[in-house]
Amino acid sequence: MGIKLKALTKSPWVYHLSTGSCNNCDIEILDCLTPRYDLERLGIVLVGSPRHADALLVTGNMTMKCMKRAKEVYDQMPKPGVVIAVGTCALGHGVFEGSYVMPKTVDEVLPVDIYIPGCPPKPEGIIAGVAKLLEMLKQKA
Amino acid sequence: MSEIIPIGPYHPLQEEPEFFRLHVEGEKVVKLEIELGYNHRGIEKLAETKSWDQVVFLVERICGICSTSHPAASTNAMEDLGGIEAPERAQYIRTIICELERIHSHLLWLGLAGHFIGYNTVWMWVWKYREIVCDLLDKITGNRQSYAMFKVGGVRRDILEDDIPWIRASMDKLKPVLDLFKGAVMDDPVIRARTRGVGILTNEMAKQYCVVGPTARPSGVAIDVRKDDPYFAYGMVDFDIVVLEEGDVFAKAVCRILEMYESVKIIEQCIDKMKPGIIDLKIKELPAGEGIGRAEAPRGEVYHYCLSDGSNFPARYKVRAPSYTNIASNEVACVGETVADAALVLAAVDPCYCCTERLVVVDHDNRREQVLQGNTLIQLSHERTKQIRKELGV
Ligand code: SF4
Repeated sequence: MGIKLKALTKSPWVYHLSTGSCNNCDIEILDCLTPRYDLERLGIVLVGSPRHADALLVTGNMTMKCMKRAKEVYDQMPKPGVVIAVGTCALGHGVFEGSYVMPKTVDEVLPVDIYIPGCPPKPEGIIAGVAKLLEMLKQKA
Repeated sequence: MSEIIPIGPYHPLQEEPEFFRLHVEGEKVVKLEIELGYNHRGIEKLAETKSWDQVVFLVERICGICSTSHPAASTNAMEDLGGIEAPERAQYIRTIICELERIHSHLLWLGLAGHFIGYNTVWMWVWKYREIVCDLLDKITGNRQSYAMFKVGGVRRDILEDDIPWIRASMDKLKPVLDLFKGAVMDDPVIRARTRGVGILTNEMAKQYCVVGPTARPSGVAIDVRKDDPYFAYGMVDFDIVVLEEGDVFAKAVCRILEMYESVKIIEQCIDKMKPGIIDLKIKELPAGEGIGRAEAPRGEVYHYCLSDGSNFPARYKVRAPSYTNIASNEVACVGETVADAALVLAAVDPCYCCTERLVVVDHDNRREQVLQGNTLIQLSHERTKQIRKELGV
């Protein structure tokens, strides 16, 4: 596992998975890629398929209808891979607490490695979160 | 015999999960089926468990891009219920926030449309300049998205006098940017070739499908809540609504770009006309009864209804968002287009949809089911653009 984890920290490719979010977290994730924040200079690339991804960026509430799909997407990701929960919704349910379509939180469905709070977190916050995760992985490897 | 290409529910670029099933014959799309509900979060039911003030926060989180339109319709509904008229300064501030949101939303769409036809430069440029608007919102409201500005009977934060020169300067900065994009869309032969005559929604069809906002206006339907039923300060400022005739993807793009000019105009007028005063009536209670509220979101008319039994919570809350009718119109706009154009047509409505990461192609002839990767559609679209560029020699 050691060498694979180490390789992961060099240039993590992320896949963005929305499980019933309000868009804002997703916009801020896309915003990280655009010229002002430009995550690509750090080697972080957003990819269109979980099969190419090292990390899942999960946003949203994990609605019942998304649950099965989210698990499928996670299974398609090569391991070792990390799961990053972005936004208050993905951490707990936030303002949606008590809704009848969300029996589970994101971390009950997927093994979340790091949580980035905020509604939505600012792009700076997302970048800081990912950087911390990389640090963590480096120590583990 | 037709094949089926399901798109969804996860898609690499758009946000909310939604599911489309394209029926194709060779390259031509013959039918489109739409399945919604991946993003159903039970908001209307949840609203019944929140106090009136909290409901505004809740509806703000229906859609991130429209995180002002829903609170706007919601406060309109509650003020209708209570017979409340918010102070004039609050009305101007609300209008400014609404229009800033419109600019940010239209820019966002323009960027994504650029990406869809394979012009990633357009995407990056547009989103770079979108930051001007995000900074403005950040400064005025304290958050880049989810502004939390609206409440029954007023707004939560004032616009400081010190900020006004800076807001004006930002608006001035925005104008050359809009000119740039207008030129880019109107004059580029490739974008023209890619979008002219594609995904036409005729005037008649637009009316039949009851589409709203920038999906209806390019088809010659002059519908805009800001003019038809002025709320906030829209009755006190001067602006035009943009109505075009063609109804194709090109017209939809042009309509949005021209609308941004109007938004800048509205914001500047609001800043000029705003007088010092109170911004909040500090409403404590709402009576029993019903209220309706409408607002023009960047995508069209948002409609909210609330029923009160005089308690602290709504007894019933109902929301109707514009994308719901607009997405249905894809059924006609997509038919007859090639698969490469379908992604563009679907995106032209600016739906809040987040579909594919997987596509499955079902061949009716030999019952073959083929799983494609999510970007295939975009890939197809990019290839089409390349081909057109070659033909045009650019
Ligand atoms: S955390 Fe906030 S911004 Fe993010 S998806 Fe949830 S409601 Fe939207």
